[in-house]
Amino acid sequence: MSSVSVRIPTILRTYTGGEAEVKAEGATLRAVVADLEASYSGISARILDDNGKIRRFVNVYVGDEDVRFADGLDTTTPEGAQISIIPAVAGG
Amino acid sequence: MALTPATADLGPATGLVCRECGHTRDLGPHYACEECFGPLEIAYDFGGVTRASIESGPRNIWRYRGLLPVPENVAESPNTEPGLTRLVRADQLAEALGLQRLWVKDDSGNPTHSFKDRVVAVALAAARELGFKVLACPSTGNLANAVAAAAARAGIRSAVFVPSDLESQKIITTAVYGGTFVTVDGNYDDVNRLASEIAGEQDDWAFVNVNVRPYYAEGSKTLGYEIAEQLGWRLPDQIVVPVASGSQLTKIDKAFQELIKLGLVEDRPYKVFGAQATGCGPVAAAFKAGHDVVRPVKPDTIAKSLAIGNPADGPYVLDVVRRTGGAVEDVTDEQVVDGIRLLARTEGVFGETAGGVTVASLRKLAENGALDPSAETVIINSGDGLKTLDAVAPVARPSANIAPTLDAFRAAGLA
Repeated sequence: MSSVSVRIPTILRTYTGGEAEVKAEGATLRAVVADLEASYSGISARILDDNGKIRRFVNVYVGDEDVRFADGLDTTTPEGAQISIIPAVAGG
Repeated sequence: MALTPATADLGPATGLVCRECGHTRDLGPHYACEECFGPLEIAYDFGGVTRASIESGPRNIWRYRGLLPVPENVAESPNTEPGLTRLVRADQLAEALGLQRLWVKDDSGNPTHSFKDRVVAVALAAARELGFKVLACPSTGNLANAVAAAAARAGIRSAVFVPSDLESQKIITTAVYGGTFVTVDGNYDDVNRLASEIAGEQDDWAFVNVNVRPYYAEGSKTLGYEIAEQLGWRLPDQIVVPVASGSQLTKIDKAFQELIKLGLVEDRPYKVFGAQATGCGPVAAAFKAGHDVVRPVKPDTIAKSLAIGNPADGPYVLDVVRRTGGAVEDVTDEQVVDGIRLLARTEGVFGETAGGVTVASLRKLAENGALDPSAETVIINSGDGLKTLDAVAPVARPSANIAPTLDAFRAAGLA
């Protein structure tokens, strides 16, 4: 079990009481999202679709790495990792 | 951060709709759906826009202001007045490629020499209405130029973020306008991510292609409007558009659809083709594999203005291309350079690497039969070759170097 820091995008801060960055626990991204859900009910369904996959328009980073280039929800989240959840609809 | 929507004048815009799930919300500084993170699109109630009302407007994109999320008096606020770039009849390029009727929409003629002046002008107008104080962006270069210039002209602060390995021409042509200008050690997707995180902290910064993106992206519709108007209020049969985020391609299609619905052009089929560099071709790869999702890639191409490995509008490009019977093609860096030279030698138009991608893709699409050579075709040259000189510097050389004498000229065999 590792303790990580998660940056929350503006549109999800209604779930975190306005907090832009929160702490969570979990050895993988999947566990971290489950822990977020335990603390902030409803947030998981915003990040994951009905099949439990990361939504098409959500980018999640563990450190500098886009988890789509790593192991998706099974990406390991080491102690102290910085996780960012970011809307994909940007750029260009 | 924002003024209340009631006090913002966004012209014919009426609200925001999620392109993915249809969830609606009021106009405001929003860009991602609060339900599913999908992209928000502007919904409109178009009034009585006619050919005559457009033709009597200014000789820039504001002639289409009745079709954009901007106030009626938008042209009165200082802006770069982009648009109405030339549509070049390209007979010699057509002949070289075995095509019959070809046009180049040459958007290098904009104030900062790329199509980005269009989208930035719309973003600036919306940002003013929404109460933002700073005009900002992550950029592959052309947008950096356009934002820095537009902010200077508007008398507001700019904050521009680019990958540090950008072409030196694009660094200089951004820095010269002043403003906050930051080079970032990372690729465009890294810079884009950083901008998204900064946008979450700086409430009064309008990142044109992030938190103002629904408004910004609408500016690309003006390319489609202009092409139709310049063809005599007619749609082309085929159009080839470079694909980075994919927004330009989808907005040209949206413009054509709006013109049809408004009765400004005849409703007839057209095909939309996308062009990418093989070194950053995630949409072309998805198209060819028959996928409807786009797997991100790490870009490696000289076409840096198209080097977006995780294109936000990629899935919608696939939708448009498949709906219209087009295709997405990709070309190597060597073919990009050949494309730049071919356009320059046949038509006297010096396009940037993105233009080279488009010309080279046009050639490939003509050769493999995806394009109909007898149908009227338009291609987009989205930027100026002077910004990507490095791409052609090794091959664009003088014919000879001689002494200043007639004898030397004769000896060189140049007559």
